[in-house]
Amino acid sequence: MKNHVKYRIGKSAFFQGLVIALSCICVVPLFAILIYIFRAGIKTVNWSFLSNVEKPVGEIGGGILHALVGSLIVILVASIIAIPIGILCGIYLNENKKSKLAYWSRLAVDILQGVPSIVIGIVAYIWLVKPFGYSAFSGSIALAIMMLPVIVRSTEETLKLLPDALREAAYALGMPFHRVILKVILPCGMSGILSGVILAISRVAGETAPLLFTAFGYQYLSTNLGKPMETLPHLVFKYAITPYKEWQDLAWGASLILLVWVLALNLFTKIITRRWKVRL
Amino acid sequence: MESTIIKAVDYNAYFGANHVVKNVNVDIYKNSVVAVMGPSGCGKTTFLRGINRMHEMIPGATASGKILLNNEDVLEMHPIFVRLKIGMVFQRPNPFPNLSIYDNVIAGYKLNGIKLPKDERDAIVEKSLKSVALWNEVKDGLTKKGTFLSGGQQQRLCIARAVAMEPDVLLFDEPTSALDPISTSTVEELFHDLKKNFTLIIVTHNMQQAARVSDKTAFFYMGELVEYDDTKQMFTNPKDTRTQNYITGRFS
Repeated sequence: MKNHVKYRIGKSAFFQGLVIALSCICVVPLFAILIYIFRAGIKTVNWSFLSNVEKPVGEIGGGILHALVGSLIVILVASIIAIPIGILCGIYLNENKKSKLAYWSRLAVDILQGVPSIVIGIVAYIWLVKPFGYSAFSGSIALAIMMLPVIVRSTEETLKLLPDALREAAYALGMPFHRVILKVILPCGMSGILSGVILAISRVAGETAPLLFTAFGYQYLSTNLGKPMETLPHLVFKYAITPYKEWQDLAWGASLILLVWVLALNLFTKIITRRWKVRL
Repeated sequence: MESTIIKAVDYNAYFGANHVVKNVNVDIYKNSVVAVMGPSGCGKTTFLRGINRMHEMIPGATASGKILLNNEDVLEMHPIFVRLKIGMVFQRPNPFPNLSIYDNVIAGYKLNGIKLPKDERDAIVEKSLKSVALWNEVKDGLTKKGTFLSGGQQQRLCIARAVAMEPDVLLFDEPTSALDPISTSTVEELFHDLKKNFTLIIVTHNMQQAARVSDKTAFFYMGELVEYDDTKQMFTNPKDTRTQNYITGRFS
């Protein structure tokens, strides 16, 4: 009897140890990447790196300003397109859970989430680049398509958690549908919806594939949406495959910036979820 | 002397093919408290939600017949006008979690986009909170979120929110079933004061509560309105054997 209990205690301890050990292993890849990129990239990152554009090989002092600005613009435009559509679609899915349209759009969104990013790039290429030529706008469209499923699903999931009592309270006061949504449902779900939006942004911030043949890349600072534009992930790709040591170093630096950007967005999400959380 | 404010004529309510309220005819007098009681699933809540057209918000729910509010059929009116005239308080307190106590009371105006001058708003908030005996407890913290109050206070806040719209009728759907005994008696005391200005219809599980607070009682069983009479009469001398069995505790 006693031995049996001892055996069970031992087994329990072993299992606990296993869970802890495996959780630690999960953290390893992130820190390995962080440390490696930090080491390789930190020596190139300085003010001139951030404030200059591309220089020819051999000339020192090339920077990534054009890619930084380009990434910001491409993502901003993608967000302007994807956020309203995504949130409205999420609201629809939550308000009409069982309609045919909801079933099909939910299915479509789920499949869209699984479509490889390069395929989305090709679609944007056929739609926009073939008729109009390479442009930052076509890149934004490709990224917007990638952001859509994340925003739709996170909006729907957030709103699903809000109690029906809240909606009933609003309707019982004689509020029309649009006011119930805008004044009660959205404000109460704001933290979840915002964190979904930021998550979507941080997801597409590092996307290279859909930009390869849409925004294309450019060596000068440009703010023209109708023309090619450089973006951070594409710049990393372009520099990393060159044989030149200086450009490879620039790629490391740009990777570091990209990484910091994405990490900052993730931290920001955490802060927002905590700050804007509505106690139900 | 007693004027009818709500009159149900052959009112039926359905969930799909399920007939949950059967042919209800009832007259409810102004400034009275009417308790609606009956066992679970007897259609009393559905009837109540039919009065302010909340019933049909559920997919597949339909209704027929008439419910006259001051001789106007609410089933023909736009639900929004109905709900402005007939306020409702729910089983669980449901203040808006994103709004302060002050904004919760004024929510019916604020969220409907009705603009009022500040002193008028202040007056409505103070009057409404006083009418539910909450003013003294919260007057120093009106900017706190409504959800920071205790359950009983939250429920009184919800009553204040309904009262602030100055409706003709207030519907209560088991308003005390989620509250502790002390909060329950506070809310019950309110009914006596509120009936001076409103007509109250209270769905309750609790027979003692019906006996304590109401002037008239309606007993629902299996979707039918079995008996509707003065509360005293009903509890001392019920006409129908089903009512008798229910109030003597043969079934619940």
